[in-house]
Amino acid sequence: MTDPLIEVSELSYRAGEREILSGVSFKVERGDFLSIIGPNGAGKTTLLKCVGGILKRTKGSVRISGRPAESLSHKEMALRCAYVPQSGLTAFPFTVGEFVRMGRYAHTGPFSALSSGDLTAVRRAMQMTEIEEFEDRNLNTLSGGERQRVWIAAAVAQESEILLLDEPSTFLDPKHQIYIMEILKALNSKYGVTILSVTHDVNGALVAGGRAIALRDGKVAFSGAVQELLAGKVLEGIYGVPFHVLEHPHIGKRVAAHAGTEA
Amino acid sequence: MNLTVRAKNLSLAACIVFSAAVLFIAPLLGMEAFSPALFFERSQNLDSQILWKLRIPRVFLAFLAGAGLSVCGMAFQALFRNPLADPSTLGVSSGASVGAVLFIFTGLMSTPFGVPGISLFAFLGALGSILFVYGITRVARVEMGSTMLLAGVAVSLFFSSIIMFVQHLSDYSDSFHILHWLMGGVDTSGFTDVLTVLPFVAAGGLAVLLLTRELNLIAMGDEIALSRGVNVSRTQKQLFFATSLTVGGIVSVCGPIGFVGIMVPHICRLWIGSDHRYLTAFSLLFGGAFLVLCDLFARSVIAPAEIPVGVITALLGGPFFIWLLVFRFFEGRVA
Repeated sequence: MTDPLIEVSELSYRAGEREILSGVSFKVERGDFLSIIGPNGAGKTTLLKCVGGILKRTKGSVRISGRPAESLSHKEMALRCAYVPQSGLTAFPFTVGEFVRMGRYAHTGPFSALSSGDLTAVRRAMQMTEIEEFEDRNLNTLSGGERQRVWIAAAVAQESEILLLDEPSTFLDPKHQIYIMEILKALNSKYGVTILSVTHDVNGALVAGGRAIALRDGKVAFSGAVQELLAGKVLEGIYGVPFHVLEHPHIGKRVAAHAGTEA
Repeated sequence: MNLTVRAKNLSLAACIVFSAAVLFIAPLLGMEAFSPALFFERSQNLDSQILWKLRIPRVFLAFLAGAGLSVCGMAFQALFRNPLADPSTLGVSSGASVGAVLFIFTGLMSTPFGVPGISLFAFLGALGSILFVYGITRVARVEMGSTMLLAGVAVSLFFSSIIMFVQHLSDYSDSFHILHWLMGGVDTSGFTDVLTVLPFVAAGGLAVLLLTRELNLIAMGDEIALSRGVNVSRTQKQLFFATSLTVGGIVSVCGPIGFVGIMVPHICRLWIGSDHRYLTAFSLLFGGAFLVLCDLFARSVIAPAEIPVGVITALLGGPFFIWLLVFRFFEGRVA
């Protein structure tokens, strides 16, 4: 029997006195699309960073293809996992092309120029995310939607089998949300990239399909296929507000709407 | 506007030619201009003595100091993602100054191992401050970052007070000696100083050149760098020690020379952009040539008297930098 691609068991993480994750366990198989949902402050981003090796000094274990994450060097980790952080507002002094090419770091040594294989991977990542037309633009000039595609492209250029995304569509308008989701689904189904995506967009996760886990107060509150989120009071249990399940008239899938405040 | 690879390579070639020309021409100029033929004359006349024993070592020392200071400043700015950081900010220069000042004050006059005692004391001071600042971050268990910068600034200010205190206690002659040292300079005779500084600058420059890709990624943020496979904390440590020691070595011989470490990297960024694979070479070459030119100015303009080169770097570099800033800043090439 082969090991699952990612196996997290009894993972806990403390920041100072506060326990952000406590005893989180789950498995991700190769080729999964896993949405990580949950209220603000539940520890979703922290979980993603622990899996990606960005945060260290955790309790419990994270194993990637059966190997403990702490036994992997930084480069070995990068060849397995690429992380797309939440959008920030810092100024970045590079062009789109320069940044995406930096994604090849783990594949190259000092002083060595990018090989044709490296450049092919970069080209493919830029084609897939349709950012080639602004390859020479400065990162500081990008709109939110363009920026998100570039950040994804830089992670894709890394050619790792796992892509970790932290709220890839939170600050985007509906059109760009759909666009990003299509890119992620293509990566998942066409190229076999395993995706873990932190999101606030429950319906996005439902439409994307695949599996979901929900965190609440640092613990796993739900784990299963996304459609199971709609059963009973699962969503209410996660978010603490009532939800209604509706049949989407066009795509034939069920979606959730929270009750909102009474007028 | 962004430079293409071709334009960057052309700029790099231009920068190499420029600094080679500066290295070749600067020794010929000064109070008295010499003809290039003097380079090839095998005579022992006074002009030849001045050229080989004074001017050439001086130009070399200025080039090495300028190259080292600017490349270390560049590395620190990327490492801390702070445009005002340079190793001096972290107290290396003031640590070295404390060493030198105490040497002058205590009246020790020795030259152990052929190295002037004042340089040795200054280097010990630099070393002490490097270990002290690093020790603070270890004890306080903070990551290298703004906390470390603040600790460095505090240490630096603390050392400055010690210097003022010692100066206050000193007699006129020591006090003048101290002031002269604190102004910094690259006046030298013979190649001893050049050979003392060379290994520091070579090692520091090489360390930065080997880590340019890491610097690019760290400039994008620690999370991005980690995710791309950079061992961020190891890179930070390597660069912190390599560049601090380089600056410590330079300052021990030349005294604190301001401005170069902070401003030259920014001038280079405006010219070539922020890709450290190019920027490192530019900072080395242009930093070297810049200090040679400033020193040329310092020793010629009111010859036979000299202006301290640290005065000139800021006096010429300040307005030049502001001019660059006003006319080119908004092209988006600077962080």
